[in-house]
Amino acid sequence: MVGFVPYRSIVCVKQVPDTANVTAEAMKEDGTVNRAALPTVFNPEDLHALEAALELRDAHGGMVTALSMGPPKAADVLRECLYRGADRGILITDRRAAASDTLATSYILSQAIRKIGDYDFVFCGRQAIDGDTAQVGPQCAEKLGITQVTYLERIVDVSDGVVRIRRNIGLGWELVEASLPVLVTVLETANRPRPRAAKRMIRFKRARVRSELAGEFRKQMAEAKAEPEMPGAPFGQIAEWFDESGLLIDQWSLEEIGADLARCGLPGSPTKVHRIQAIVLTKEGYTQVAASNEGIRRLVHELVVDRTLG
Amino acid sequence: MPNFFLDNSDIQFLFDHVDLEELARIQEAGAENGDADYVPLDEADAVDDYRGILGIVGQVAAETIAPSAERVDAEGNTLNEDGTVTLHPLVRENLKQLAQADLTGFTLPRNYGGLNCPNLIYTMATEIISRADGSMMNLFGLQGIAETINAFAGKEIKDEVLPRFARGEVTGAMVLTEPDAGSDLQAVRLRAYQDGGGNWFLSGVKRFITNGCGDILLTMARSEPEIADGRGLSLFISERSEKVKVRHLEDKLGIHGSPTCELVYQDTPARLIGRRKLGLTTYVLSLMNGARVSIAAQSLGIAESAYRLARTYAHTRQQFGGPIERLPAVAEMVTDMQIAIEAARALTYETSRVCDRQNNNLRMLQAIPEADGDEKMRRTKLRIQHKRLAGMLTPMSKYYTSEMCVRVAGTAVQVLGGSGYMKDYAAQRHLRDARITTIYEGTSQLQIVAAVRGVTSGVFKTYCEQLEENQHNDPLLAELKEKLVACKEQVLEAVAFLKGKGTAYLDLSGRQIVDAAIVVIVGHLLLGQGATNDRKKRVARRLIESQLPVLHMNCQHVLSGDTSPLDEYDLLAEPVPANE
Repeated sequence: MVGFVPYRSIVCVKQVPDTANVTAEAMKEDGTVNRAALPTVFNPEDLHALEAALELRDAHGGMVTALSMGPPKAADVLRECLYRGADRGILITDRRAAASDTLATSYILSQAIRKIGDYDFVFCGRQAIDGDTAQVGPQCAEKLGITQVTYLERIVDVSDGVVRIRRNIGLGWELVEASLPVLVTVLETANRPRPRAAKRMIRFKRARVRSELAGEFRKQMAEAKAEPEMPGAPFGQIAEWFDESGLLIDQWSLEEIGADLARCGLPGSPTKVHRIQAIVLTKEGYTQVAASNEGIRRLVHELVVDRTLG
Repeated sequence: MPNFFLDNSDIQFLFDHVDLEELARIQEAGAENGDADYVPLDEADAVDDYRGILGIVGQVAAETIAPSAERVDAEGNTLNEDGTVTLHPLVRENLKQLAQADLTGFTLPRNYGGLNCPNLIYTMATEIISRADGSMMNLFGLQGIAETINAFAGKEIKDEVLPRFARGEVTGAMVLTEPDAGSDLQAVRLRAYQDGGGNWFLSGVKRFITNGCGDILLTMARSEPEIADGRGLSLFISERSEKVKVRHLEDKLGIHGSPTCELVYQDTPARLIGRRKLGLTTYVLSLMNGARVSIAAQSLGIAESAYRLARTYAHTRQQFGGPIERLPAVAEMVTDMQIAIEAARALTYETSRVCDRQNNNLRMLQAIPEADGDEKMRRTKLRIQHKRLAGMLTPMSKYYTSEMCVRVAGTAVQVLGGSGYMKDYAAQRHLRDARITTIYEGTSQLQIVAAVRGVTSGVFKTYCEQLEENQHNDPLLAELKEKLVACKEQVLEAVAFLKGKGTAYLDLSGRQIVDAAIVVIVGHLLLGQGATNDRKKRVARRLIESQLPVLHMNCQHVLSGDTSPLDEYDLLAEPVPANE
């Protein structure tokens, strides 16, 4: 097909605690998030990142790989990506990656992206609802040494290795050009994520990462002991069957992505959270500003004094 | 994340209460899966898939369709000068999402890209979509057209058209009604004729066609000009083209998202579906039966939405120093609405289940080799039983549920009071949307004519006896059951009286006798639900106790033998107004 260029995209997705329901147990003593105490959800803006990648594939062809880092349970978000149309899922799961801050996380993700190799686009959600830092995407781009475009609203067009992107700049938008490969962070206003496709859900509901399979296998073995009649296939055969059926989600350890352990997990994370606090903003009266130069001057002065500005 | 499947405790209850594994077993037996890679491993797995599929339906309904309903209602669709229709952008977005979610080939076999869901699951899905926007159901619910093609068209047409339906690339329309052929479809005049090469063409006008602007039209036309009644009609399939134009888009009271078209056929090329002369007598009757269950499901959805609004309002609106739900009159309105919905849902889902058994038995019957005489005999016998039962329950469901919907939507407006009458609240939209349900796909009056046959011919009696086999250990349920047994006798007594009175009186008393019969059936269904759930026990009690006096009244009415609406029509109706 003339002019038909398929693009390879990587989408970084995160399983996050549902911060809509934060309780007192939300933080552990070391200042990290207590994931066990919170129900988990697909980070909302990452769904928009996935949709942006899928729309690009719909229009130009190519492949969408979903990449996540987290405990084996985080395979949930990769299954969700498969239900919605991703071609492949990869989970970086390693105990030594636990408690990574944005610096360590972006290092680990960028190592995985290097391992994936050929890619044209990396899509990230603007930020995650647990940390709200919006740092991981941009830090990945820096580590990969590629262009980054944040606050993507829409891909206007892409051709000859150059993408034109409309990005939101607060009260307006600007059109930017970037050469590929590029990392973009996507806003929730960029698109409307497609729903799960029923047929893909039926097919991929059995997709597992190796650790999940091993856990289920151990459980089955334990049950089989109670009922000795039940024959069980060896684990290797089961994993092989999943792989051949396209139902094995890739699972990578830190070694497999060639990561320097000193830059991962707690050792690689200079950020220390002392405490988290729920802040409820309350209104304490208001000041009327006269619509004059003098009024504005006084307003700016006041904002500078209370360090809102400057 | 809002989800109209997961947040509906009654649908959740019924999902577990109905033996879906049994339904999945008959649905999957001999299913045509082609090379589909999404086939369930076993019955339990199929049920797990149903749950997942309905979860997606619930999500699309809650997140995409429901938020668009108000704007779609206010703005509607647009007729263009060239005889095409532009759907509202939000309607297009809704259709796109349904296609992306693989929900457009819901009941089609997998070899055509469908999900091979039983009718019951489709009914649940239709209800969920309708709760989000009553008018969206008119597009989602058109899947019966693909089903009809699957059931009756030749392989060539099926291979060509069905995958497109399943992918959501096309929508269809069933094109039956004409200006002079509404309830009386035997009067259809649109002409079908052949050229020398045997190619078919259609010419004429059709009216009130839901989604007549769709891509694939199933049109009933007179292929046998010499036969004046329904036996002269055949069914044709044609694609949207310059040769069929939308002349008018109706301005309706409700369901504004659903484009209702007047169509002009000018030598439109078409292909015959199945065999000539079977258009109305076989194909359309089958299609309409499915469509009637869909309207029942639509009615459930609209009523559910109206109810939720009223329930919330009654709880939050403060008058006389407290929420209005503490006022006895309001409390009664609210509880009666909810119970009416649950009763109608019980009947509609039961009807769907019976239709599934009927459809699957028919499919298995057709697949039996000639040699296997015994099995063929058994299935043929079953077929007759299913057909008679579905033939009674389908019009009963459509009638009972749509009338319930109009009543509940009206009561919702009443609960909201002045606010309900204002366009600021969705209550008035639900009432406007509800109003069509007792009219299209056969009016309530026609449903009664169809249902009354079952009540008077012994189907009702047999079915009740079957329901009465359920033994209840619980004293309350046992007591209520005894009451229902006595009620059945009362209905049968009225039926016996009717039989000696001729067809005019039978038609006149149809509503009373069908109403009474439905109370007995629904009562039994709710008792069955009460056996596993304490709340349902109370629902059954309230429904039965509140409806028994109505049943007595209806039976008394029948036994009165009053024929004055017929005998004294001119006197009672007064002369036709001169200026109207």
